[in-house]
Amino acid sequence: MEQQLPKNFEAYAEGRKNGFLKIKSVKESGRNVAGYFCTFAPLEIFDAANVLAVSLCGMSGETIPDAETELPKNICPLVKSSYGFALAEKCPYTYYADMIVGETTCDAKKKMYERLGKLKDMYVMQLPQGVDEAYAKPMMVKEVKLLAKYVEKKFGVTITDEALRKAAVKRNEYRHALVELMELQTEVPAPVPSVQLYKFMDSIKFNFDLDAAIASVHELVAKIKAEKAPKENEKRIMVTGCPIGGVLDKVVGAIENNGGRVVCYENCSGIKATRCYVDTDAPDIYEALADAYMKIGCSVMTPNPRRMENIPNLVNEFKVDGIIDVTLQTCHTYMIETRAVRKLCEGIGKPYMSLETDYSHSDDGQIDTRIAAFLETI
Amino acid sequence: MNYVGIDMGSTCTKVIVMDESQKIIFHKVMPTGWNCIETAQSILEMLEEQGIKREQFKCVATGYGRISVPYMDKAITEISCHGKGACYLFGEKDFTVIDIGGQDTKVIEIAGGAVKNFNMNDKCSAGTGKFLEIMAATLGLGLNDLCELSRESKNHIVISSMCTVFAESEVVSLIGRGTEKADIAYAVVESIVNKVHGQLGKIAPKNSVVRLTGGLCEAPYIIEAMSKKLDTEVKSDPMARYAGAIGAALYATAIK
Repeated sequence: MEQQLPKNFEAYAEGRKNGFLKIKSVKESGRNVAGYFCTFAPLEIFDAANVLAVSLCGMSGETIPDAETELPKNICPLVKSSYGFALAEKCPYTYYADMIVGETTCDAKKKMYERLGKLKDMYVMQLPQGVDEAYAKPMMVKEVKLLAKYVEKKFGVTITDEALRKAAVKRNEYRHALVELMELQTEVPAPVPSVQLYKFMDSIKFNFDLDAAIASVHELVAKIKAEKAPKENEKRIMVTGCPIGGVLDKVVGAIENNGGRVVCYENCSGIKATRCYVDTDAPDIYEALADAYMKIGCSVMTPNPRRMENIPNLVNEFKVDGIIDVTLQTCHTYMIETRAVRKLCEGIGKPYMSLETDYSHSDDGQIDTRIAAFLETI
Repeated sequence: MNYVGIDMGSTCTKVIVMDESQKIIFHKVMPTGWNCIETAQSILEMLEEQGIKREQFKCVATGYGRISVPYMDKAITEISCHGKGACYLFGEKDFTVIDIGGQDTKVIEIAGGAVKNFNMNDKCSAGTGKFLEIMAATLGLGLNDLCELSRESKNHIVISSMCTVFAESEVVSLIGRGTEKADIAYAVVESIVNKVHGQLGKIAPKNSVVRLTGGLCEAPYIIEAMSKKLDTEVKSDPMARYAGAIGAALYATAIK
């Protein structure tokens, strides 16, 4: 079926145009597309329904002015950026998505999804926020099932348990491949440059063929292993906190330029959610999915014990010298948790710094100074 | 060999020269101006006039203009330099430094003579020297006059805006309402002190020894107000505006 391009298409830069054309051809081949924002989205459901699940943009300040025509100024840049991309028709994946799945994570996202629902077919999963309560798991199982039902109805497909299990096996394989790549950084010196590692992990999400994506991760791992390890041992940094795609150059670039190397991304696109494997041998695959996704130590959970358990373990495993906790402006949950993470780091005798920033360039110099000063103290 | 520390801040540039025994033999403060490289050049000329030739000194630059000093041997952040400089000035090893600078307010926790922890104000100018400067200008006062006038305040009012631009219009409307200048001055100082208090609370241990560095080191009322708010005796030193440059000069002594 022929698909329309957005009205401003001709004005877009080459890269964006290509993105639009690429996903347009996927749609025209008859494949349905679902957009997702967060690591809580159980992608196995979409895989099992043969619906292409694509990560949606929210990592650039470019569309924030668009979003601010409808959303308040003082909410998180990621939320504004995501909504702005939809509103301005600048994200190819949002534009062509048949449906979008979001979850009740933070307040700004929840309420933004209500607005987004006016523009797109928006499906919101309700996450249990007291993850250790007895009713949390039955609720999560129910929510995963409800999503499956919605997808079945929306696209006129049937999601069998068998297909779901197969999808989970494949996703696990993908997770293991990524984790193997991340674990290369446990070596001293860590072989992968910080920005490059993040950019690869981010770009691989846009490889729409999961088998090909797995193969290219393996290929990169093999290539890095074959290369001579760098001699210089830089200061080994863990990045934790909010998603950092929108502040990558400002923060991680500054870490690199001041003699540091990110050996572990504990935050969203990093090891935190990737290590949440699904138990594919479990008797009930829905329960297994619920278990896996509930393990993500996100600050929207209260309390949020997983993150606090994970950090010290990862610090040991990756031989971390210092922890940088990156929070996006007005991200209340992560910002309040900085105090707990600071205490935790002091307890294990590791230098800690929290940084609050947004997608603008107005604080580039200050962020650089803070990071340089932090690295000087290590 | 001499050791030169240059702290190029957003408002003022501070220069310190030390001799082999780490004694300060020259100090100078000047406006940074709009061209850091030109300022750096004029420092070089000034040092030559003092008989301190480039080949006879090692130089560490710090402050926001640290990378704009073409002849420096090393650039080190103002956090490390202020920490080191404050240890030298106050002869202490475990304390907390508050540095109120032109564009940044820094709180630095020193343990065993080394920087253990620090934080800086958010990217806006609330709680910085710039804030104070702009408010003083709005009131038609100099910085020191504003601080001293605060003492005379009889009605303790509050400025609620953190943002300099909004605070300025708040001050303007207070003036318009005929509020006493001393009361407004008091509110401006309180605003700074409260902001610093919040920043300090995020890192410094309770009952920490607190020392003030930066351009407000000779503003007795600020120091008093801060001591009251923080419930500890805050001390400063007339040379404390040079803390960053002193630290830089000390770092320069380590350069081979």
